[in-house]
Amino acid sequence: MTTQIPRRPWLQRWHVKPIGWTLIILILLVASSRMTGVDVGMFFSNLGQFTDLLVRMSRPAWDYLPIILHPLYETIQMAILGTTIGAAFAVPFAVLAASNLVHNRWLRGIIRLILDLVRTLPDLLLAAIFVAIFGIGSTAGVVTLAIFSFGMVSKLFYEVIETIDMGPLEALESVGANKLTIIWYAVLPQIMNQFVSYFLYTLEINVRASTVLGYLGAGGIGVFLQRSLNEFNYSQTSVIILATLVVVMVIDGISNHLRRVLL
Amino acid sequence: MDKTPIISFKNVNKVYANGTVGLKNINFEIPQGEFLVVVGLSGAGKSTLLRTINRMHEITSGEIRVEGESIKPYKGRSLRLLRRKIGMIFQNFNLVKRSSVAKNVLSGRVSYYPTWKSILGLFSTTDKQKAVQALQRVSLAEKLYARADELSGGQQQRVAIARTLMQDPKIILADEPIASLDPLTTKTVMDILKRLNQEDGITVIVNLHSVALAREYADRIVGLRAGEVVYDEPIAAVTEADLNRVYQTV
Amino acid sequence: MQTTISKKPATLNLWRRWNWLLWIAVVAVIYTWAITGLHFTGLQESAASVSRSIVHGLVQPDWSYVYNGSGEDLVSLILQTLAIAFLGTIISSLISVPFAFWAARGGKEWLHIRSGSGKVVLTLIRTFPEIVLAIMFIKAVGPGSYAGVLAVSIHSIGMLGKLFSEAIENMDRGADEAITSAGGNSAQIFMLATLPTIMPEFISYTLYRFEIAVRSASILGMVGAGGIGTPMIFAIQTRNWPRVGIILLGIVLMVLLIDSLSEQLRKRLI
Ligand SMILES: Nc1ncnc2c1ncn2[C@@H]1O[C@H](COP(=O)(O)OP(=O)(O)OP(=O)(O)O)[C@@H](O)[C@H]1O
Ligand SMILES: [Mg+2]
Repeated sequence: MTTQIPRRPWLQRWHVKPIGWTLIILILLVASSRMTGVDVGMFFSNLGQFTDLLVRMSRPAWDYLPIILHPLYETIQMAILGTTIGAAFAVPFAVLAASNLVHNRWLRGIIRLILDLVRTLPDLLLAAIFVAIFGIGSTAGVVTLAIFSFGMVSKLFYEVIETIDMGPLEALESVGANKLTIIWYAVLPQIMNQFVSYFLYTLEINVRASTVLGYLGAGGIGVFLQRSLNEFNYSQTSVIILATLVVVMVIDGISNHLRRVLL
Repeated sequence: MDKTPIISFKNVNKVYANGTVGLKNINFEIPQGEFLVVVGLSGAGKSTLLRTINRMHEITSGEIRVEGESIKPYKGRSLRLLRRKIGMIFQNFNLVKRSSVAKNVLSGRVSYYPTWKSILGLFSTTDKQKAVQALQRVSLAEKLYARADELSGGQQQRVAIARTLMQDPKIILADEPIASLDPLTTKTVMDILKRLNQEDGITVIVNLHSVALAREYADRIVGLRAGEVVYDEPIAAVTEADLNRVYQTV
Repeated sequence: MQTTISKKPATLNLWRRWNWLLWIAVVAVIYTWAITGLHFTGLQESAASVSRSIVHGLVQPDWSYVYNGSGEDLVSLILQTLAIAFLGTIISSLISVPFAFWAARGGKEWLHIRSGSGKVVLTLIRTFPEIVLAIMFIKAVGPGSYAGVLAVSIHSIGMLGKLFSEAIENMDRGADEAITSAGGNSAQIFMLATLPTIMPEFISYTLYRFEIAVRSASILGMVGAGGIGTPMIFAIQTRNWPRVGIILLGIVLMVLLIDSLSEQLRKRLI
C-alpha cells in the first residue's frame, strides 16, 4: 500500500530558506576570512612564541603586587566617580525620554536619538579622544566612564520609568501639582530601588572597563598593564591581570548582593 | 487471546531520592489489548506508575514484566528497544515547537534508524508515507508541512499521537493527555486513543483526573492513593460511590 | 502614604528608623575616598583649544578619506572591522556550545561540580581583558586583523557561553523526553530534540553578541589588531582632527546600521 505524500510548497521543497541562509553565511565567512587574512597554519607555526608568552605569564611576579595596589584603587575610584557623574546626567535625560512622562514626540525623539548616538561609541575610543583633550591621567578616564555610563544608564532608566504604575501620578496630576512635584512624589519612590540596582550594575561594567582605559593613558591600572606589556615583562602582566580579576569579582559580588537585597 | 498479561507489576515499590514514597507495593496485571484508566488525586503517583513501565523512572524494588520479560536488566540498545514498543503521550505534547509537523512525526521513528541517518534526517520514502498515514489517522494530513507551534493544543496532541504511532507501539502510555485541552478537543483525542485500542489492539494506559471520562472510555479503572492501589475494577463493576472513595483524603 | 505602626521591640524599631544614617555615612566615606584619591593633574591649558579643533574637525570631516581605492580608506577598513567581528563571533559561537553544556546545571547532579567549574571558567574568560588577549595574539600571529579575530573569538566565549548555558538551563525538556521514550539514543536526543529546540535562542544571542563584537572590533585596532581602530588612534596622535571626524562618523553609522539590522533579525526569530 502506498500513500501519496502531499507536495510541499515550492519554498519548502527546495529548502530555499535554509540553503539561502547557509549560502549567505558561507559567502560572508569566506569574504571575511580573506579580508582578515586568517591563516590557521600561521597560528600554529608561531605557536612557540605564544606558548613562551603563556609560560612567562604563568610565573606571576608577586613582589610587583604592592606597586600596583595604588593604581588599582585609582581604577575603582575612577569607576565610582565616572558612574556617578554619568548617572546624574542620565536622570533628566531618562525622564525626558520616557513616553509616559513626556508626551511631546519630537522632544522624546531627539533625546532618544542623542542617547542612541552616545551608545554607539566604544569606551576605548572615547578614552583616546579625552586623553588628547585632557592629557594623560585619570581625568580623561573619569570623563570617558561618565559618558559611557551616561549612554547606558539613561536607556536602562527610561525603560524603568516606562513601567511605573501611573495611578499615583494621575492622582497628583488631577489636583494640579506641577511636574517636578509629581516626579518627586509619584515617580521617584516607585523607581528608586531599580535605579540604584542599575547604578550598581553599571558600576560593575565600568570597573571592568576602567582596568583597560589606562592602556591609552586614561589613568588607573591600565597604565601599568601597558607598561608591562611594552617592556615584555609578562610576569608583571599576569600579576596585574590576576589582581584585576580579584577586584572585579569582589566588586561584582558586593554589587550582586546589594542588588538582591534591593529588589 | 494470549493468556500472559502484557504488563505485570509484582511488589513494586518506588522511593524518590528525597525520601518521598512514589509507589507502594503495587501488584496488578494488564492483559493485552486493555484500555486501562488510572485515576487518583494529584500526587497520588499516577505519573510515577506510568513512567516505571518504560523505565523513564527506575523502581526501588519489585519486578515489572512487559510481555512476560522482566524489564530490569535492560540497558543501552535493549532498553531502547523496550521503549520503542511503548509509545508515550504527554500532557504538554512535547513537540519540537519550531519544527514542522513532518519532522516531529518522523522523529518517532528514530530507533529504527542508525544514528547518523536519523540525525541527518534521512528517512526513507516508506517511512515518509507512513508518517502521512499516521497523520491521516489523527485527521491532520493537511498539516504535514505546518510548523508545530502554528497548531492548536488539540492538534498538537494529535501530532504527538501520530509521532507515537511511528514507533509501531504495542502499548501506549498517556499521562494526562487532555489536561490542557478544552472539552471538545478532549473528546477528539480520547476517541483517537480508543480507536487505536480497538482497531490496532494496542494496549492503552491513560492517567486521568476526570472520573466521568474514565467511566466513558475505560475497560477497567485503577485508583491510586498515596502510591497504593486502592481500587481496581472492570468497568462493569464500577460505581460512582466507589470512585468517590478514591478521591477521599484518607 | 500611610505610616504603619510597628509593634517590634524598641531597639529594632530604632535601628529601622536610623539605619539610613549608617548607609549615608558609608556612601559618604566611599565618595570621600574616591574624590580625594584621584588627583586631577591631567588638566592642561591646551584642553580648550584642542576641544575646539576637535569640534572643528568633526563638523568638517575629511571626506576624501571615505574611499580612495587604496584599501586603507574608511570603507575598506569599516568592512574589515565588520569582518573581524563576524568571523570572531561565528567561531566563538561554535566554541561556546560545548562550554555552555559544561556550565549548564543539570537537574540530577549533586554539588554541581561540573557546572560550577564551567561557570568559573566562563567568568575568568569574560573578565580577561580583550585588548590583552589581542596583544597576546599579536605576538603569535603578528599585528593585523587576524589577531583581532582570535581575540574576539576567545573573549566572546565568556559571554556567549554564559548566555547559552542559561538558555539550556531554562529550556523546555519536553521534546528530549519524547525522543527518549521513543527509544532514541543520546546522540539522537541531542540532534532531534535538544538542538532544534534551543537553536533559535542560540542564534538570537549570537546576533546580540555580534553587535557588541562590532564595537570591540572597532577599537582593537588601537593596539594593532586590525580594523578601523588603527587609523583612528594614528589620526588622534597626529592631531588630524578632520580624519578623526570622518572615522567617528563611519563608526557611528556602522554601529547604528548593524544594531538595527540585528534587532530586526532577532525579532523575526522569536
Ligand atoms: N523527581 C521527583 N523527586 C521527588 N519526588 C517526586 C518526584 N516526582 C514526583 N515526586 C513525588 O512523588 C509523588 C507522586 O508524584 P506523581 O507525579 O506520580 O503524581 P501524579 O499522581 O502524577 O500527580 P498529578 O496528577 O499532579 O500529575 C508526589 O508526592 C510527588 O511530589
Ligand atoms: Mg502526573
